[in-house]
Amino acid sequence: MADVNRGNRPLSPHLTIYRLPITAITSILTRITGNALLVAALMTVWWFLAAASGPEYYAFADGIVTSWFGDLVMGLSVLGLWYHTLAGVRHLIWDQVIALDIKTAESLSWAVVIGSAALTVLTWIIMLVA
Amino acid sequence: MAYLTPRKRATGMGSAKSGVEHFWNMKVSSIGLLILVPLFVFTFGPALGSSYEEMVAYYAHPFPAIVAILTLGVGFMHFKNGFQVLIEDYVHGAAGQYAIIAMNCLCYAAAATGIFSIIRIAL
Repeated sequence: MADVNRGNRPLSPHLTIYRLPITAITSILTRITGNALLVAALMTVWWFLAAASGPEYYAFADGIVTSWFGDLVMGLSVLGLWYHTLAGVRHLIWDQVIALDIKTAESLSWAVVIGSAALTVLTWIIMLVA
Repeated sequence: MAYLTPRKRATGMGSAKSGVEHFWNMKVSSIGLLILVPLFVFTFGPALGSSYEEMVAYYAHPFPAIVAILTLGVGFMHFKNGFQVLIEDYVHGAAGQYAIIAMNCLCYAAAATGIFSIIRIAL
């Protein structure tokens, strides 16, 4: 029998001790932001459902979506959305088998981080004005 | 057997039993969302907090309504496929399968609810 001791072998302490490079951080953040966007997506569907149900229920749902809690969820989701969008663009670029060397990949990581922060602030300003 | 090429005999025999459909779906939907998401953010965002009459009048216009319908439809299908990969990577066995099935149900239900609601407001 090969490998009887499966699962009980000593492991090197990789994730607990290893400082993640920016490419790894931006990679896992892509997954986290994408899945976290479910909350805002369901909130959006609920808002539309309430809007289709009549004035009273719309007023209730709209009140919650635009309350401090709703603003917090939607405001952070804007950051998650722009982050996931730019990280997705990075994947589309990589799919073309370009920009895969470490230096360019690291630059693209910072571009995603800084770009999404900038787009988020811009979106917040536009929403406050509108 | 002798008449089959090695390529033909290998097709469909891998552990995945399928090709690149999932990757391709993610790629196509991501390009779609790249166009839709900015349009949705800047049409849906300003509508939040408006009065019932303003909201109904706004979504009676074809453009914001069509953008919202497409974004919810394409977005939830993209989410469904992305969530499937998350589960396949971290949750194994029956629990993972149940999670994927449950999320499939939720995504189709949410997309249908959203699209139905927008059509009802718009018409």
